[in-house]
Amino acid sequence: MAQFLKGETGDWEIVIGLEVHAQVSSEAKLFSSAATKFGAEPNSQVSLVDAAMPGMLPVINKECVRQAIKTGLGINAKINLFSVFDRKNYFYPDLPQGYQISQFKQPIVGEGFLEIEVSDGVKKIGIERLHLEQDAGKSMHDQHPTKSFIDLNRSGVALMEIVSKPDIRSGEEAGAYVKKLRSIVRYLGTCDGNMQEGSLRCDVNVSVRKPGEELGTRCEIKNVNSIRFVQQAIEYEARRQIEMIEDGHSINQETRLFDPNKGETRSMRSKEEAHDYRYFPDPDLLPLKFDDALVQAIASDMPELPDAKRTRFIEEYELSEADATLLVEERETAEFYEKMAVGRDKKLSANWLGTELFGALNKEGLSLAESPITAESLGRLMEIISDGTISGRIAKDVFVDMFESGEDALDIVERKGLTQISDAGAISELVESVISDNASKVAEFRNGKDKLFGFFVGQVMKKSQGKANPKLVNDLLKDKLG
Amino acid sequence: MSLDKGTVKRVAQLARLRLDDEQLEKTAEELNKIFTWIEQLDEVDVSNIEPLASVTGHSLPERMDEVTDGNYPDRVLSNAPDRASNFFTVPKVVE
Repeated sequence: MAQFLKGETGDWEIVIGLEVHAQVSSEAKLFSSAATKFGAEPNSQVSLVDAAMPGMLPVINKECVRQAIKTGLGINAKINLFSVFDRKNYFYPDLPQGYQISQFKQPIVGEGFLEIEVSDGVKKIGIERLHLEQDAGKSMHDQHPTKSFIDLNRSGVALMEIVSKPDIRSGEEAGAYVKKLRSIVRYLGTCDGNMQEGSLRCDVNVSVRKPGEELGTRCEIKNVNSIRFVQQAIEYEARRQIEMIEDGHSINQETRLFDPNKGETRSMRSKEEAHDYRYFPDPDLLPLKFDDALVQAIASDMPELPDAKRTRFIEEYELSEADATLLVEERETAEFYEKMAVGRDKKLSANWLGTELFGALNKEGLSLAESPITAESLGRLMEIISDGTISGRIAKDVFVDMFESGEDALDIVERKGLTQISDAGAISELVESVISDNASKVAEFRNGKDKLFGFFVGQVMKKSQGKANPKLVNDLLKDKLG
Repeated sequence: MSLDKGTVKRVAQLARLRLDDEQLEKTAEELNKIFTWIEQLDEVDVSNIEPLASVTGHSLPERMDEVTDGNYPDRVLSNAPDRASNFFTVPKVVE
């Protein structure tokens, strides 16, 4: 069920469509052989093609084409064996050509869909298209009082623009959509998904309507660069539009900016006239054609994607939906989990990875790839918990040691003599001595002060330096005190 | 088809050309002559022909994904009217 926003005049439905710009992972640019690496010296990764010097001709990078096809397959979309590059004309200082090479009427990828998991279940979001285009350069406005600085390193880098259908109905759904899309391109290796560096950016189209009525006028919020901001921008913008309409105003179709500091959207300085891009087929580029064999070859080489992995984790490992969703979001996490958990307790492994390891990594600001504990090593810790060599409590201490030293669990257990005592005779002796040392407490307990039981357990565990098998301690204490 | 002065003005603006009234008049006249000439193509019946994006029927030549270009900021900036270290600089543009 769609959730509605309450206004003074009743319920309102939010209608959202997203345009995601995903930078293609490739060594060289879409139409030139200059590098794409982030963070290089200004204008050092610019060829004469990217700088739009007269007479330079674009030549397409075949890897970018493969990456677009792969992404198209990842979003269940129709791949177009014939597509056309067009010029989108506008003037801006960071666009040296005076036009962006894009795809307009005939994109490389057509309709598709993806599925998102939201609080009220799984929802299918339609995708309109995916096309290839050039990125622009970067303008910096804060370096000088009267000048803007231009760096063309990003000019000509390949982007995939992925356009959703207006199927999204809330900030939560929009967030889940971007998260899923990001997860898919990262699994595929077609975009690194780094929103901070701008490898993945969103334009958000928002309109509101009374349920069941025609679509309202939309506003486009440009370049939102985090999932949280996407949600905040939608919530603010929908409220703003509802208030405008209820106050008797109408909505102007316009481009707006989201200000993360104030948590609001505002109109970009209005342009005298609406954009007129005058698209036409780029005469420098022939149509892009490839045969189905290429698509089949790419399809046969696809990794298992997050949805399939999630289903498999639930069926094969009997994990809960929540655990499975968390584990598959990042491919590295899923792979770490499988290495750690195969042949071991699946649920225990999921808990230790999710709580202990990620807890410790977050605290140190480390990524999973930088973890001092390998998947195999954490897996062996699971084994010695499961077979009773050590207790869960001792395991937490061993884990801290492993995290600091990188040493193997079993080595630490042996070196420190932490093996769990599961010998009933030995524990029995400890129980006897606790009972004889605490005669008065034993008497109180026998006179009905039940909560003293915890005290006795604590004393026995202390005497065993935490190594006694807690279940045996409980059983033996009950037996001897009763 | 006949272009009026208003349309020509708009096209000129989109192309960042500043034309005064006299030039607008003249340009409209010239453009209309060109249109009349091109409109002769309307006589050809194309109702059963697929639109073409290219006339050769060839496909796009491709390039390997290898970095073999760039790393010459001085060449890239050599025509810049104004620069600061290795940046191009332009009058401030903030939207």
